Amino acid sequence: MSQASSEDPHHIDVKEFHPRARAAIADPKIRQNFRKAMDGLISKRKDAFEGMDLEALRDLGANIRLRALANLPDLLEQLEKKLTENGIKVHWAIDGDEACRIVRDICVARNAKTVIKGKSMVSEEMELNHYLEEHDIKALESDLGEYIVQLAGETPSHIIMPAIHKNTGEISELMHEKTGTDLSNDVEYLTASARQQLREKFMNADVGVSGVNFAVAETGTLCLVENEGNGRMTTTVPPCHIAVTGIEKVVGNLEDVAPLLALLTRSATGQHITTYFNMISSPRKPEELDGPEEVHLVLVDNGRSSIYQDDELLDTLRCIRCGACMNHCPVYTRVGGHTYGTTYPGPIGKILMPHLIGLDEGRHLPTASSLCGACGEVCPVKIPIPDLLVRLRRESVDGDKLNPAKVRGHGAKRGTLEALVWKGWSWMHARPGAYRFGTAVAARLRKLQPGQLGGWTEYRTAPRLAAKTLHERMKERGQ
Amino acid sequence: MSSRDTILQRLRNRSGGELKVPNCDFSVMQRPPSSVAERIDQFQKTIESVHGEVHLCTRESWIAQLASILSSRGARSLLIPTAHQIGRDLRDSRQDDLPELLIYDEPIENWQPHLFNEVDAAITSTRGGIAETGSLILWPTPDEPRLMSLVPPIHIAVLKASELHATFHEAMLAQNWASGMPTNALLISGPSKTADIEQTLAYGVHGPKELIILVIG
Repeated sequence: MSQASSEDPHHIDVKEFHPRARAAIADPKIRQNFRKAMDGLISKRKDAFEGMDLEALRDLGANIRLRALANLPDLLEQLEKKLTENGIKVHWAIDGDEACRIVRDICVARNAKTVIKGKSMVSEEMELNHYLEEHDIKALESDLGEYIVQLAGETPSHIIMPAIHKNTGEISELMHEKTGTDLSNDVEYLTASARQQLREKFMNADVGVSGVNFAVAETGTLCLVENEGNGRMTTTVPPCHIAVTGIEKVVGNLEDVAPLLALLTRSATGQHITTYFNMISSPRKPEELDGPEEVHLVLVDNGRSSIYQDDELLDTLRCIRCGACMNHCPVYTRVGGHTYGTTYPGPIGKILMPHLIGLDEGRHLPTASSLCGACGEVCPVKIPIPDLLVRLRRESVDGDKLNPAKVRGHGAKRGTLEALVWKGWSWMHARPGAYRFGTAVAARLRKLQPGQLGGWTEYRTAPRLAAKTLHERMKERGQ
Repeated sequence: MSSRDTILQRLRNRSGGELKVPNCDFSVMQRPPSSVAERIDQFQKTIESVHGEVHLCTRESWIAQLASILSSRGARSLLIPTAHQIGRDLRDSRQDDLPELLIYDEPIENWQPHLFNEVDAAITSTRGGIAETGSLILWPTPDEPRLMSLVPPIHIAVLKASELHATFHEAMLAQNWASGMPTNALLISGPSKTADIEQTLAYGVHGPKELIILVIG
C-alpha cells in the first residue's frame, strides 16, 4: 500500500527539532489550528472541575498511581493470573519489535489479513501499522482522528486529538481525494461518510487491536475510555481482540479506576465522562451471542523498566495519558505536535521519549520548554514535569560527580568548550583570590567583549560588563 | 530467559530499592446524601447536556411513550430482549403502533449484515445509573448482547429511578463489582460522538446517533 512508506516514522530525525520548530512557527495555519483548539480545551477543563476539590482528587490520583508503581511486579503477576483465569491470554514484550511480532504471530495463527484498530498510543510507539503492512496484513485505524491521519499518511499530532493540526477544509479535501466523498465543510456529512466507510470494515475485519487505559489486577479487567464507539466495535465485532498496553498501566483495585477516570476525562477534554467506558474481563462465553472468541493482552516494556529503576524518573510512569500538559504548554501550542518528531509530543513526550529513543536522539526534547510550570500544575497525577525536564537537561550534559548520569545516551549535549568554561567557573568560584583577579581583569578588558553572542543577541542586545567589579565598588564605599 | 521473566526481574531488582506505598484517601469521592428526585434531576441535566434524551415514565405509561418516540423517528424495527421483563411486556402489549419487534436469539455471525444494516432501534435494560456524570450502567448478557446498545442508530435504555447512584464509585461499591466482573461492563453517557474534526461535535460516528432514556419512577 502506498500509505505505508510515507507513514514510516523512521524518516523523521528527532534531532532536527529546531528547523521543524522554525517552520511551524512561520506557518499561520498551524498556529491558528493549535491556538484555537488548546484555548478551547483549557477553558473546558477548568469548567469541568468546577465545584470539585481538585487538589484532593489530584492527590488521590497521584497516590493511586504511586501505590500501583510501588507494587508493580506483584500487580503485573496478579493481573496475568486473573486474566488467564478469565480466559484472556497474556503476552510480554521487551520492546516494540517483540510486541509487533506477537501481534503478527496471533494474526498468522488465525490466518488474519485485516486488522481494525481502536486508538492506541502504544501501537504508535511500536509502529505496529507499518510492521503489519510489511507483513501483508492490512491495519486500518477506526478512530476518526486516526483515520484522517492515516489517510494523510501522517502521524498523530496530539495524543487525544490526532488530527487537531488540520482544519475542516483540509480534512474535506483529504477525504475527497482519498475516499471520493463530496467536498464539504459540513462536519456531520464528513463524519457520516466515515461511519459508512468504516462499518463495512468492522464487519469484515479478522482482528481488532486496541489500547488500554487501565488494567485492573484485582478483577483482571481491561478498561477503555472513548467517545466514538469505535473502541467498542473494535473489541466486540471481530472474532479476535488484541489489546496492547505499557506495563505501567496496571492498577491494584477496581475502586482505583473511579478517581482516575474522573481525572482523566476532565483533564483531557473537559468532559465529566466520555460516552463509553468499556470494561472487558473475558472473551465470549459459550452461552453469549457476540464478542470475540479470543482476547489477548500484550504487555509492552519498551524502556519502562529502565525508567522504573530511578526514584525521580519513576514519576514519569504515573502518567494516565490525558494530554492536559500539552494543552497547557506554550511551546506545544506554538510549534504543534509534529515538530517534536516523536510518538508522544509536548511535555509528557519531552520526559518520556528520551528514555524510549535515548538522550542522544532526544537531546533537544528537554530543552524545548520555558520551564513555566503549567504542565506540572495541571497534571492530574501531579507528575513534577518541570523537575524532570531539568533532570534530563543535566543528564544530557552528563551532570556532575554528585549526580551521575544514568539515562541511555546521556552526555550527548556535552560540549568540550562549554564543559571547560563551567569547570573554570566552578574553579574560580571556589577561590576568592582568583575570583577577584578574574573579575577585575574582565572589567578592564570589557571593551574587547563581542557585540554578537549567537542566539542570545538574535532578539536582544548583548549585556555589557560594568567598569568596576562589585568588590571594587564596595571597597570604595569603605565597606 | 523469557521476556516475562526478564521484565519482572528488572522490576523486582530495582536499583533504587523498595518503594514506599502511599496511603490513598478516598474521602474526596464521597458526596452528601441526596434524594431520588435530586439524583433524577442531576442525571437528566447532565445527560441532556451531551445530547441524551430523558423521558420520565411510569410502569403503566412507558410502552405508549416508547411507541410515540419511535414513530416520531419513523423507526420500522425494534430489537428487544428475549427473556427480560421489558421484552415480555412489549410482546404482550396491545399497543398497536409499535414497530416490528425483533429478538437477538442467535450468534451474531448468523445475522451480522441484518443487524448492521436493517435494525433501526434497540431497547435494553440497565443495571442502574450515575447521577453525577449522567451515565447508564449496562452489563450485557446472552439475553441482551453487547452489540444491542452499539450498532442500531437508536438506543433506548430503561432506567429505574430507584437505581440511580450518586457516583460511579458509589455504584461499584454498592453493587460489589470487585467480587466478579462480567465479560463486558459498560458505562454509557450519551450517544456516540466525536470532535476529531476541528473540535466540532458530531453525533453517531460509530455507535448510536440517539440515546433515549426511559426513567421509570
